[in-house]
Amino acid sequence: MSSVLSFLRQPIVVALVFIVLLLYLGELLSPGFASAAQILRLMIVASLLGIVAAGQNVVILGGREGIDLSVGGVVSLSAIIAGNVMQGADIGIVPAIAACLVAGAFFGLLNGLGVTLLRIPPLVMTLGMLGVLQGLLVVIRMGIPSGQAAPALSRFVTQPLFFGVPGIIWLWAVIGIVMALMLSRTVFGHRIYAIGSNEHAAYMAGVPVRLMRIALFMISGMFAAIAGLCLLGYSGSSFANVGEQYTLTSIIAVVFGGTSLAGGKGGYTGTMAGAFLLVILQGILTTVNIDESGRQMVFGATLLILMMFYGRGRAMRA
Amino acid sequence: MTEIATSPTYRRTGGIRRLLERYPFLPALAIVLVLLSLNGVFSPNSLSYRSLTGLLSTYMALILLAIAQTYVVYAGDIDLSAGSILSLVNVAIVVLMERWGGGAGAVLLALALGLLLGLACGLVNGLVVAALRLQAIVATFATSIFFTGLALYILPVAGTPAPTIFWRTYGGRLLGLPFVFYILGGLVLLLLVLGRTRLTTQLLAVGDDQQAAYQTGLPVVSIRVRGYLLCGLFSALAAFCITGDTASGDPLVGGKMTLFSVAAVVLGGSALSGGWGTVVGSLLGALTIGLISSVVFFMGTPSEWQNFVQGLAILVVLMAGVLAGRRARP
Repeated sequence: MSSVLSFLRQPIVVALVFIVLLLYLGELLSPGFASAAQILRLMIVASLLGIVAAGQNVVILGGREGIDLSVGGVVSLSAIIAGNVMQGADIGIVPAIAACLVAGAFFGLLNGLGVTLLRIPPLVMTLGMLGVLQGLLVVIRMGIPSGQAAPALSRFVTQPLFFGVPGIIWLWAVIGIVMALMLSRTVFGHRIYAIGSNEHAAYMAGVPVRLMRIALFMISGMFAAIAGLCLLGYSGSSFANVGEQYTLTSIIAVVFGGTSLAGGKGGYTGTMAGAFLLVILQGILTTVNIDESGRQMVFGATLLILMMFYGRGRAMRA
Repeated sequence: MTEIATSPTYRRTGGIRRLLERYPFLPALAIVLVLLSLNGVFSPNSLSYRSLTGLLSTYMALILLAIAQTYVVYAGDIDLSAGSILSLVNVAIVVLMERWGGGAGAVLLALALGLLLGLACGLVNGLVVAALRLQAIVATFATSIFFTGLALYILPVAGTPAPTIFWRTYGGRLLGLPFVFYILGGLVLLLLVLGRTRLTTQLLAVGDDQQAAYQTGLPVVSIRVRGYLLCGLFSALAAFCITGDTASGDPLVGGKMTLFSVAAVVLGGSALSGGWGTVVGSLLGALTIGLISSVVFFMGTPSEWQNFVQGLAILVVLMAGVLAGRRARP
C-alpha cells in the first residue's frame, strides 16, 4: 500500500493523472476535446512552452536560487530576428536558426556573467535583463517590420511530418530524450545536480562552478531562442511581446514537473508533463464559454490547487 | 553562501563601511541625488518645485508598492501579486465611489473597504505561502492571476472615472502645500512607527534564518502571514495613489508595476534572500526608477530608444544596489 502511495506521489505520476483527468473533463465539457487531432494541437502549444521550460529547468536545477526571468524577452526577440532573417523564404531558415541561437546564447552569457562574476542573484540579474530586452524590442520594432515565417517553418510547426505528427512535437521529443540522457548519463548533467544541491562541495570536488552556471544560462537563452523561432512558425508573423507569457508559465511547468525551485532535485521528463498539463488547463478554459474574468479566476485557483500536490516546503520542526 | 561567518565584533570596520552598516540606504540616496542633478543638467526646469511635486505624485504609487514588497522580502518571501492587488483595489474603489454617488462620505467608505480588500488579498497570499507552504514565487503568481480575474470581473474595461473630489484632493493643495507632501509625511510617520514595532524585527529574524527563528520560539507562520498582510495593506494604499494620479479605474494598471516594485527593493539595498533591508531604501529605489525615466526623457533620447536606455540604466543600478547592499551587510 505504501509503495502504491509513494508511486502516486511522484510528480510525474501526479502530472499524468491530472492530464488524464483534465482531458476527461474537457471531453465532458466540449465533446471532441480529447480527440487525437485536438490533442495534437494542444501538444504543439505545449511543445513551445516545453522548449522554453527545458532551459528554465536546467537553470533552476543548478541551484543558488537559479531562475531565468528573461526567457520571455528572448522568445520575443528571437521571433522577430527569425522573421527578419528568413523574410518568408525557406532559404533563410538556416541563417535564422543560427542568428537566433547566437542571440539567445549572448543574452544567456550576459546573465551568466552577472550571476557568477558579480554574484548578482539570478532573479535580479534576469529581471534587469528582461527590461533591457523589452527596450530592445521597442527599438527593433520601430526600425523594421516584424518579418515573415518561411513556409517550411510553418509547415514544420503546424503540419504533420511523420505518422501524422507535426515536426515540432518530434523536435520536443528529441529534446526530451537528449535532456534525459544529458541529466542522467553525462558528466555535465551530474555536475548540474552537484552544484544545485551543494555548490561548495561541488567546487571542492573540482567542478568548475562558474563555468557551469554560465553554461546553464546560455542553454536557457538558446532554448528560449529556439522556442521563439518555432513560435514564429506557429503564428506566421511575430507581434509585440509574443514571448511575455512564457516567463512565469515556464517556471510553473518546471514546478509541476516536480523540480524543486531550491535546485538539485528534479528532471526534464516531469517538466514535459507539467507543460502539457498547463496547456490542457488553458485549453479547457478557452473552450468553455465564460468571461475572461472567470477564466482567469478559475486558472489562478486551479494552479494553486495543483501546486498543493507538489513539493510543498517542510513544516518547521524544532 | 560559501563564506564562513565571522563574528562582526572582531572585524575591523572602516568608516565608510560602518556608515553603510548603519544607513544601508546611502548608496540608493547617492544614486537619487546623482539622477536629480542629471535631471537638472538636462532640463533645469525639471528641478522646479512644481515638477518635483509632479514626479512625487506620479511615483507615489510605486513608492508604496515597493514598500509593500519590502515587508515580504524582509521575511525572505516575495509577492508577485502586489501589482494585481493594486489593480483590484483601484477598480473596486472607483466602482464603489461611482455607485455611491461620489460624495465625500462615499469616497471615505470606499477607501475603507479598499483597505480591507487589500488586507484580504494579503491574507490569501500569506495563507497560501506560509500556512500551505507553497513556493512564494509561483504561488503568488497564481494568486495574481486570480486577483486580476477578480479585477476584470469588477471592471472589464478601463475607463470608469474617479469622482472629481478624489483626484482634485490628491493632485491639489492643502494649507498651501501640495497634498502628496502630506501623504509623504504620513508615510514617513507610519514607517517610523512600523520600524519600531516588534513585527519588523520578527520579519527580519524569520528572513535571516527561519529555522533559528522557529527554535527561539517565534511563530514563524503567523509572522510571515503578517508580512503579507502588511504587503496587502500598502498595495491598497498604492492603489489609492494611482487612482488619484490617473483619476480612473483600470483592471490591468498594476500588472507592469510588480516587477518594478521588486527592482525598487533591490535598488534600495535589501537582500531578496531576506533578513536584511530597509524600507527607506525601497522608497529611494522607487524614486530612482522614476528619475531614470525622467532623465532618459530629458536627455533627449529618441523615443524608440527610451525603453532600452531605461532598461539598461535600471540593470546597471540594480547591480550597483546588490553590490553596495552586500558591502553594507554586517
